[in-house]
Amino acid sequence: MPDQLIYAMEVSLNGLMAGVMYALVALGFVLIFKASGIFNFAQGVMALFAAMTLVGIQTGQVPFAHLINAVFGTQIHHFGWQIHSIVAIILTVGVMIALAWAVQRFIFQHLVGQEPIILFMATIGLAYLLEGVADLMWNSEIKKLDVCLADGTCLPQGINLAIDEATFNLFGYGFFVDNLDITATIIAIILVAALVAFSQYTKQGRAMRAVADDHQAALSVGVSLNYIWILVWSVAGFVALVAGIMWGAKSGVQFSLSLIALKALPVLMLGGFTSIPGAIVGGLIIGVGEKLFEFFMSSSDLAGALFGFTMNATENWFAYVLALIFLVFRPQGLFGEKIIERV
Amino acid sequence: MWCRFKRRWRRSDDGTTLGFAFAPPTIPFVPAGLEDFRNKEGLDLMLDQTEGYVTADGRQIGPVVMEMKNITLRFGGVEAIKDISFDIREGEIRAIIGPNGAGKSSMLNVISGFYVPQEGQVFYKGQPRPQMKPYEVARQGIARTFQNIALFEGMSVLDNVMTGRLTHMKTGMLAQALWLGKAEAEETANREVAEKIIDFLEIQAIRKTPVSRLPYGLKKRVELARALVAEPSLLLLDEPMAGMNVEEKEDMSRFILDVNDEFGTTIALIEHDMGVVMDLSDRVVVMDYGKKIGDGTPDEVRGNQDVIDAYLGVAHD
Repeated sequence: MPDQLIYAMEVSLNGLMAGVMYALVALGFVLIFKASGIFNFAQGVMALFAAMTLVGIQTGQVPFAHLINAVFGTQIHHFGWQIHSIVAIILTVGVMIALAWAVQRFIFQHLVGQEPIILFMATIGLAYLLEGVADLMWNSEIKKLDVCLADGTCLPQGINLAIDEATFNLFGYGFFVDNLDITATIIAIILVAALVAFSQYTKQGRAMRAVADDHQAALSVGVSLNYIWILVWSVAGFVALVAGIMWGAKSGVQFSLSLIALKALPVLMLGGFTSIPGAIVGGLIIGVGEKLFEFFMSSSDLAGALFGFTMNATENWFAYVLALIFLVFRPQGLFGEKIIERV
Repeated sequence: MWCRFKRRWRRSDDGTTLGFAFAPPTIPFVPAGLEDFRNKEGLDLMLDQTEGYVTADGRQIGPVVMEMKNITLRFGGVEAIKDISFDIREGEIRAIIGPNGAGKSSMLNVISGFYVPQEGQVFYKGQPRPQMKPYEVARQGIARTFQNIALFEGMSVLDNVMTGRLTHMKTGMLAQALWLGKAEAEETANREVAEKIIDFLEIQAIRKTPVSRLPYGLKKRVELARALVAEPSLLLLDEPMAGMNVEEKEDMSRFILDVNDEFGTTIALIEHDMGVVMDLSDRVVVMDYGKKIGDGTPDEVRGNQDVIDAYLGVAHD
């Protein structure tokens, strides 16, 4: 097989893995948008907040340490313990549920029935508020996220997640894939399966779909809107936590993490705002697309020979251009519901 | 004209239809020989009695399920309902009628908890009902349909009907997601009830169809199925026949009667089609401009001068 083709295959494989990471973020958007019609701009910040909280709990940081020290003149920073990552994850889920309750109780309960644009503005406000709270609570240093699940160190000895050896036998060429990406893929599959089981088979899932469809009708069959909205924000918080763990393990827990929300936007435009499979497929297409495009355009053998020039750093804009093209020709995305307004 | 005989709907011999205007008693209400048999004889309505009454066709009407006492509802300065009291008895079909804007839908919304009256008290099964959210009212066993169909458009007919069973699902979230033990038995039991109602309302053929693809008349029937599957102690129907053609109205009337017969469901309904109301219901409340102007059997209401004035208008000299 020609080297270029093998190399393109490796690039695509890496693109798929990157796509999974995008899809993880996009999932959170879809969940909230489906159930409440709110486009949650704060989803990226929620991922950041979740990751910071996880690291903070794990390493025994004192929340609001700076604030407490400044007010009381104390010098406390750490409780001095390390918590196992599983326990820390469970505690963080608790924090995200509390956050969901607070968001519903203090913001969206007062905005029921408002225009979508107003709800959207509220989520922008929420994003900045949450970023500020995260900063105040856990300070803004870049932290290392050490969750054994993410790097595979807590797997039993002898299981090697890297697939370069397997592919070496297949193609005589070892594809390099990050362990973390494989873990992310497995976790994403489990997450999606769990979400599908939840929304299809549980009472709460049914109620959630009911609320997404028609508020009045949902009320008339005995569904509490408030409860469902808190539930949806909790689930979105959980998805944000998963995304935060994976992204945090990849690039460190830092404030630029909140910008992954911007990467999720083209994914949503591609896949459709209301479709869970759409978020996955959209993420994969964007991931593979931008990696392949970069590979193609930066290679002097391919783009150079074809167009007479090469381009670099196309990854920065490729996704957005693709989304723009989609907006023109298929505004509802690949899997989204077609919007038909009847007069 | 349609007649009701032994609680069956049949097309009358002369083939005339349901189309019917409320007419003063000087004009015969129904052609001779086709009168409503139901309230003709032996119906001694003593509304203050607690044990109910027996209708002409032999159904036992039970004690009061729902009682509205001096309900007043205002929207800003507008009084939508003015000091209205009436009751709904177990097993009966109770109609609320009146011209447009009379406050009928508001009344239904008060019963189902969507509106909270400024004054008055609602009694449910003899107990004063505290102020409740609509979903709490639904969980108490009051199901309803809406004038402008409120279905879950994205779901299939079966899923829509199954949402009506939500209040009957008790097992935990995890057990349901993993389909474990009791959850499976519960789901099967709920599914059986749903299928029974689907059979009953003759919508088996469209069980798996997404609701958004159905014609209007069928949507109304699916909505009835969803309300009915909750096994409500009181079923509220907001204009179940609005916008239907004659055939659909005929079907719906039959279903309402059959539901009442088969399950003994107490039904309160709002309807514009006077012919239907008079034939279906055991007792009728008439509203006009938010006030109650009549209450009684269809025959009593029909002869009520206020009611006739409200429907035909009064000459202003």
